[in-house]
Amino acid sequence: MSETAGHTDHHIDVKQFHPRAQAAIHNPKIRKNFRSAMDGLMSKRKAAFEGWDLETLRELGANVRLRALANLPDLLEQLEKKLTENGIKVHWAVDGDEACRIVRDICKARDARTVIKGKSMVSEEMELNHYLQEQGIEALESDLGEYIVQLAGETPSHIIMPAIHKNTGEISELMHEKTGTDLSHDVEYLTASARQQLREKFMSADVGVSGVNFAVAETGTLCLVENEGNGRMTTTVPPCHIAVTGIEKVVPTMEDVSALLALLTRSATGQHITTYFNMISGPRKADELDGPEEVHLVLVDNGRSSIYQDDELLDTLRCIRCGACMNHCPVYTRVGGHAYGTTYPGPIGKILMPHLIGLDEGRHLPSASSLCGACGEVCPVKIPIPDLLVRLRQESVDGDKLHPARVNGHGAKRSPMEAMVWKGWAWMHASPGLYRFGTGAATKLRALQPSSAGAWTNYRTAPKLAAKTLHQRMKERSQ
Amino acid sequence: MSSRDTILQRLRDRAGGELTVPECDFSVLERDDWSTAERIERFEKMIESVHGEVHHCTGDSWIERLAELLASRGARNLLIPRAHEIGQSLRNAGRNDLPELLIYDEPIESWRPHLFNEVDASITSTRGGIAETGSLILWPTDDEPRLMSLVPPVHIALLKASELYTTFHEAMKAQEWSAGMPTNALLVSGPSKTADIEQTLAYGVHGPKELIVLIIE
Repeated sequence: MSETAGHTDHHIDVKQFHPRAQAAIHNPKIRKNFRSAMDGLMSKRKAAFEGWDLETLRELGANVRLRALANLPDLLEQLEKKLTENGIKVHWAVDGDEACRIVRDICKARDARTVIKGKSMVSEEMELNHYLQEQGIEALESDLGEYIVQLAGETPSHIIMPAIHKNTGEISELMHEKTGTDLSHDVEYLTASARQQLREKFMSADVGVSGVNFAVAETGTLCLVENEGNGRMTTTVPPCHIAVTGIEKVVPTMEDVSALLALLTRSATGQHITTYFNMISGPRKADELDGPEEVHLVLVDNGRSSIYQDDELLDTLRCIRCGACMNHCPVYTRVGGHAYGTTYPGPIGKILMPHLIGLDEGRHLPSASSLCGACGEVCPVKIPIPDLLVRLRQESVDGDKLHPARVNGHGAKRSPMEAMVWKGWAWMHASPGLYRFGTGAATKLRALQPSSAGAWTNYRTAPKLAAKTLHQRMKERSQ
Repeated sequence: MSSRDTILQRLRDRAGGELTVPECDFSVLERDDWSTAERIERFEKMIESVHGEVHHCTGDSWIERLAELLASRGARNLLIPRAHEIGQSLRNAGRNDLPELLIYDEPIESWRPHLFNEVDASITSTRGGIAETGSLILWPTDDEPRLMSLVPPVHIALLKASELYTTFHEAMKAQEWSAGMPTNALLVSGPSKTADIEQTLAYGVHGPKELIVLIIE
């Protein structure tokens, strides 16, 4: 067995989306936890943009991201050059497994046994914690939400608020059971307990692993956005810091960052800015008294260069991971993050994950949407998420001859029966005689029409064919 | 072929061909020039809204105010910069109402548990502030290392009113950040906080529980 194959056995079956969604919809606790959290996040976002020309700002955000993507290979090279000059070692990984091995090799070279982690969705994509554990290296999450999720043996249910699916009582019981804290609904007490537990870990960890929000090519700077300070701890206290990020996170200038930062925090949590905006441009210099002696950046492709090939799909890579699309999504709000069974849930997950896991595995994702358009309206970088959902639906049934088959698993959802029905439908509508005969026959046989039509009629009355066709009625009027 | 070359080549050989580079107009980030008084007012409003504390002082009165603030919190000690005038002034103040003054003059490895467990408060300088978001600009140095503003439960920062910028965009332009960045630079906007437990705000989850800004006017 190759060393890459080892850590796939705990995967959730993404294809089981429907039973999970069904269970979540009927779970009042999940419904309540998500509803109240999403309502709060929506109103906070709205308030934070008051007084801003939001449309112009979103336009700038979109252009800044497009400009970066247009020059992506050059920018990555410039970033690598600058970071190397600054003393940061740059690594490249084609996929998550290679990225995991790079992190492991850095750890092994330092004889590291413990890793403390700041929040990183790319590391979730890599399933880094699981991999390191198999390699005998302890990986501990330090973001409070991630810490809670890790204690519970779960995955994040939201990209910004990982433990949003749990209420205080559940977290209290979990911490009591796993760490021996008192049973208490006092959030201050629970937070202070976690602070104490994690401070010990920060002091003893051999390596800190973090994500990156923006990587600036002109100065060779890694920017991290956070409120807790665990990101600063992770990147400052251990002697070695490894940052992992997707290749699309690079931007040319610090000025670009000022635009994206203005959009990111307001869109994500309705904050004008987060408590900490941490800009790292190098390891500890000879005269400095703290900071890591080694800093690494792992640039992870993992499907991104495939998305990059297509003009329409490319827009997916504009994402700055704010989570506003999920906060405003009527589907996400009702089923919660875990129902999707994917690293990235909600609308962005529905357009990103099919590229990462294939349209075969992710066949239900693009359809798990009412196409209401809220996600596209709030996206700070104007990703046309509804259009991309439609594109992926077309790809999944091989229904679109305009685009080349780009996505892995293209046509996985195609059903010969459905294709035949549509073919017949098109044929009938293209020939007037056949159309009149068909509609006339259907009208005559309307008594035989079934009153239920699968899930559609669970909560709706089945539409009834009219007693006369439109053609017949028009004819009567003109007589 | 290395992974690096594989990735770069795939990006360069893009099936869709060359992409057009859009124009980026940053003027939406610009604000009318606010007066110093307006900037101070906005800064104070914003940082207080996230649980930061602001005190107005002068070059002569800040040490007095600092002593009161530390006494009211029962701080046993205060971590100060060695070379910066803040540290010099405190050491030369000759006051008996200040707590023990500590200096961060050894590598962290030699005193980590002490810093984490025994230091009650720290004071640092700033490279200015940002009114619009209520943020402090910190560029840690060997004199004021990174952990000074992060580990002690109370962080006190001195901000000169004349160094308040209106926006982040203005500050980075004025300070020419694009010319080069230090190993670590920070925007700090309030004390450490989390809302990860049922969206209930709690302060001091990893970093300082209190952020106190002394504005020198």
